[in-house]
Amino acid sequence: MSLSLSEVQRIAHLARIEVSEAEAETSRNHLNGIFSLIEAMQAVDTSGVEPMAHAQDLSQRLREDRVTHLDEDGSRRAAFQAVAPETEAGLYLVPKVIE
Amino acid sequence: MSQWEVVIGIETHAQLATVSKIFSGASTAFGAAPNTQAAPVDLALPGVLPVLNKGAVECAIRFGLAVDAQVARKSVFARKNYFYPDLPKGYQISQFELPVVQGGHVTIVVGQGEKSYEKRVNLTRAHLEEDAGKSLHEDFHGKTGIDLNRAGTPLLEIVTEPDMRSADEAVAYAKALHALVRWIGICDGNMQEGSFRCDANVSVHKPGTPFGTRREIKNLNSFRFLKEAIEYEVRWQIETLEDGGSIQQATVLFDPATGETRAMRSKEDAHDYRYFPDPDLLPLVIGEDWVERTRAALPELPEAKKQRFMADYGLSAYDATGLTASLETADYYEACVAAAGQASAKPCANWVMVDLAARLNKEGLELGQSPVSAVQLGGLVARIADNTISNAIAKKVFEALWAGEGSTADEIIEKQGLKQITDSGAIEKLVDEVLAANAANVAEFKAGKEKAFNALVGQVMKAAKGKANPQQVNDLLRAKLAG
Repeated sequence: MSLSLSEVQRIAHLARIEVSEAEAETSRNHLNGIFSLIEAMQAVDTSGVEPMAHAQDLSQRLREDRVTHLDEDGSRRAAFQAVAPETEAGLYLVPKVIE
Repeated sequence: MSQWEVVIGIETHAQLATVSKIFSGASTAFGAAPNTQAAPVDLALPGVLPVLNKGAVECAIRFGLAVDAQVARKSVFARKNYFYPDLPKGYQISQFELPVVQGGHVTIVVGQGEKSYEKRVNLTRAHLEEDAGKSLHEDFHGKTGIDLNRAGTPLLEIVTEPDMRSADEAVAYAKALHALVRWIGICDGNMQEGSFRCDANVSVHKPGTPFGTRREIKNLNSFRFLKEAIEYEVRWQIETLEDGGSIQQATVLFDPATGETRAMRSKEDAHDYRYFPDPDLLPLVIGEDWVERTRAALPELPEAKKQRFMADYGLSAYDATGLTASLETADYYEACVAAAGQASAKPCANWVMVDLAARLNKEGLELGQSPVSAVQLGGLVARIADNTISNAIAKKVFEALWAGEGSTADEIIEKQGLKQITDSGAIEKLVDEVLAANAANVAEFKAGKEKAFNALVGQVMKAAKGKANPQQVNDLLRAKLAG
């Protein structure tokens, strides 16, 4: 299978990546190259093999339900917000979003 | 109208009652200063990794067992990709192909009285996921303010099959589920604070034809809105179809002010979530021993308790349903019966569901805030059962207990001299006095006026300050008047 240019542009839009026509064409070639690798793998007979959800065959370690992040005086917030473009009243400000 | 059939499925987001978030150690407490409960994982700072909260998984297991579902021995977390500023990672961690709870069912009772019926609503699945933050659209110089305190709060999304056929069935289901999640202690059920919110998928079709196209009504946070929104949506869909139009799949919002639903966004783009297994999280494995330990720790479930109340206490289905509406009510009732004696199970049911409920309602109190404890109420009912006091006096004693005039019914009866007069000699004396003083009533009664008898009973009770045993007064009066 191979991707069309408009499919590449749609994927870029969903990922909020701005691409020029030329970049989209380059990406299309790269992605199609990856698809050919996948096609080679899909030729392998995997019937009867349980799909893995992760490359490592391990199970998730769990955390006890305890509060470990404390910020009663807001000092940690202040540190995090020091690198934010704009904040006010403890909030991060972003361009207006309306449904 | 009648040839259309309504089809409803419900998705509920129940906020799990953990103290910390699903993937970070930030608190989930409501109402903190903005962004003071947002840890690096919730902020999606580079290089951070989510670590799953055991308490959230335990809640999911409890739920799965309570609805008789399959608790998946292995489930997988997936990324649901979409861009919105209240979700700083650019994806929500959820579960897609292998959810933690699969199948299950909830039994609902729809309507009241003789027309009520039971129905089983099947569940498709329930999965763990994280909540998003909150966007504040008030004026921040034309910008939107983002508070990430809620981001990462654990949710259990509970999805039904399209099994409901009316707004009433949808509400009955939502109420039953609401009661259940609180009963098993996995969600506080606070709808104002958004701990329990429903999305309703609604479509209409003609029976025998395929289901119609559905529209999803988002974020209904009260049972009344759920009912109003579905009723409006059903009318709108039927009118649209009967006018020759067609329904487009859409997400709609309900506006409580106008009682209308309106389309929010076309699903086409929003649905392209490109789910894939989250490489930051390994599969969740739940061992048999964990499931069995959780099963052993579950309280008796509402349906089982209801059946037991009917069998052990001889209660009607109506009484048993009312008394198992919440675990708190059921516990109160059982403590009351324990104090009053099992023979008084039925009067205890009446006191809890009628007298106490009315009094609490009048004061705007919850059962947990009742000034009269279950043991106090049981002690009161016991004194009615052994004829120490009449029902009428019992209501006075109840008021006295409510006002804190004594710590037990016995103390109040003793202190206020409310003990019932059962000495037939004393009652006879009162009856004789009343008969002598009310010749007119006696004559009326003998002329066949039954009402006059009640007037005489009233006079005797008044002379006895309400304390004479009513049955004895009746019997003695009848005997004297007949003689």
